[in-house]
Amino acid sequence: MAALKQEISQLATLGRLNLTDEEEKKFAGDLQEILEFAEKINEVDTENIQPTYHALPLENVFRDDVCQPGPPIETVLKQAPASIDGYFSVPRVIDRE
Amino acid sequence: MVDDVVIGLEVHVQLQTQSKLFCGCSTKFGDNPNANTCPVCLGWPGTLPVLNKKALEYGILASLALNCKINQKIKFDRKNYYYPDLPKAYQISQYDLPLAEHGTVKFNHDGESCAVGIERLHLEEDAGKLVHSSVSRESYVDYNRSGTPLAEIVTKPELTSPERAESFLRTLKKQMEYLDVSDCNMDEGSLRCDANISIRRDDGSLGTKAEIKNMNSFKAVRKALSYEVLRQRKLLSRGQRVVQETRLWDETTEQTKSMRSKEEAHDYRYFPEPDLVPVRIDKKWQQEIGFKLPELPDKKFNRFLDEYQLTEEAARTLTDSRPLADFFEQAIKPDVSAKTVGNLIISDVKRELNERGWDIGQVALTPAALTSVASLLEENLISSNVGSELIAELVESGGDPREIVEQRGLKQISSEDQLSSVILQVVSENPDAVADIRGGKNQAIGFLVGQVMQKTGGQADPGTAQKLLREEIL
Repeated sequence: MAALKQEISQLATLGRLNLTDEEEKKFAGDLQEILEFAEKINEVDTENIQPTYHALPLENVFRDDVCQPGPPIETVLKQAPASIDGYFSVPRVIDRE
Repeated sequence: MVDDVVIGLEVHVQLQTQSKLFCGCSTKFGDNPNANTCPVCLGWPGTLPVLNKKALEYGILASLALNCKINQKIKFDRKNYYYPDLPKAYQISQYDLPLAEHGTVKFNHDGESCAVGIERLHLEEDAGKLVHSSVSRESYVDYNRSGTPLAEIVTKPELTSPERAESFLRTLKKQMEYLDVSDCNMDEGSLRCDANISIRRDDGSLGTKAEIKNMNSFKAVRKALSYEVLRQRKLLSRGQRVVQETRLWDETTEQTKSMRSKEEAHDYRYFPEPDLVPVRIDKKWQQEIGFKLPELPDKKFNRFLDEYQLTEEAARTLTDSRPLADFFEQAIKPDVSAKTVGNLIISDVKRELNERGWDIGQVALTPAALTSVASLLEENLISSNVGSELIAELVESGGDPREIVEQRGLKQISSEDQLSSVILQVVSENPDAVADIRGGKNQAIGFLVGQVMQKTGGQADPGTAQKLLREEIL
């Protein structure tokens, strides 16, 4: 349980979620149940079963290489928390990794 | 110490489709910020990506050229990380079923033939571009590049020096240009390269590697990796250890710097992309694309050696780019030698291109005009100097070389009768030089040939002039 709680805490950090200690405990419990439920799949013999990569029985869905205009820039920037000179503006970040 | 350097490269090649990998936005470089964005590449909820067929075909073409095995069944995966250049908070990439694997690239390094294994080639979308404000505590994001198709090519850690890594990268770039799958413009980021580099331990096992990023030119690749070899050697010789980390190349200080990596940042939690269905590439489709494979640089080089009897250096220069090689072949006609045409391109055309910073596509000179200049030279109708001047003019403003030569009286005087009076004059005006030659100082003849050239306005054939001078003096 303690290990799971730590995992929840790390996942929260990766997802930029601010969880309280109480929430971490609750989600750790939920995760425990989910994992146990998923464990059941191990009871099935999957020796000769091909892995499923997609729920739909479809393959090769493509589009042609044709350009289509997007929405006007005003609409695009309306979705930004803030914008300046056509750019999305965000709190300063340093270079990645 | 020999061959203890171990380098592997990760190269991102932007595929030159009109539209992005999963949506219809234009991939054009340099448009206004966020002008080429839509709900898909901005990651709006409820939108669905659809794979660009052309991007996949370019990827297959590149894989075939790198001698990779194409996987018949491939899928896309989500690579999760949280950063403002990535609006969905995941990048659509490929994890365990990449487009292609197990390739090899042969390349030439300083006359030595080398080869490097290709681990894999996969398709992925590019991220947006961040600009960091210098005045405020803000960063600005342009998502025009977000969703642009990339082929990521990963080599095996088999490159044994920074210089070899550079030679390989040059070969790879040339191949992609030949295939016409990317413009490979490094300034615009169409070809980007990261490297893993380590020094082997004394027992031959692999040392701890560092990952180097931000190398935006061939020179930067060579310099950054050379710096890193020295840095790691210094650490090891002092008994210290190399830390596994990502380091950034700083162009101005010419050093690599640690990025203070957070361990957790590398937890990408890949999982299959549920919004895209798998892709099956059957043999037939693979063959159809294979038919479109052009003659690659290596093959063209060997053919040029055999077919045109060029020197290795000439063949290499002429196959440097596909348009240049095509121009050369279009200018070859039965009545001129390939060598003359090749030399004109290598010495004169190339010089004019370098002076202007042009490529062969920008010249007013036509292949037919180049053929004419070559035949004028072979017929001994013009001197090589006039040939050079003609090329310079034709590159700039085009025209018919034979007409220009006729109109301006640029024909070379090689008839002995026409030259003999000038020869006599030069001999009588320069008794000292004549005496030197008679006294065995052969190099003085050059001075006299120069005099003949001057008196004929450069039209004398220097070879004939020299021969006549010798006959007159000795």
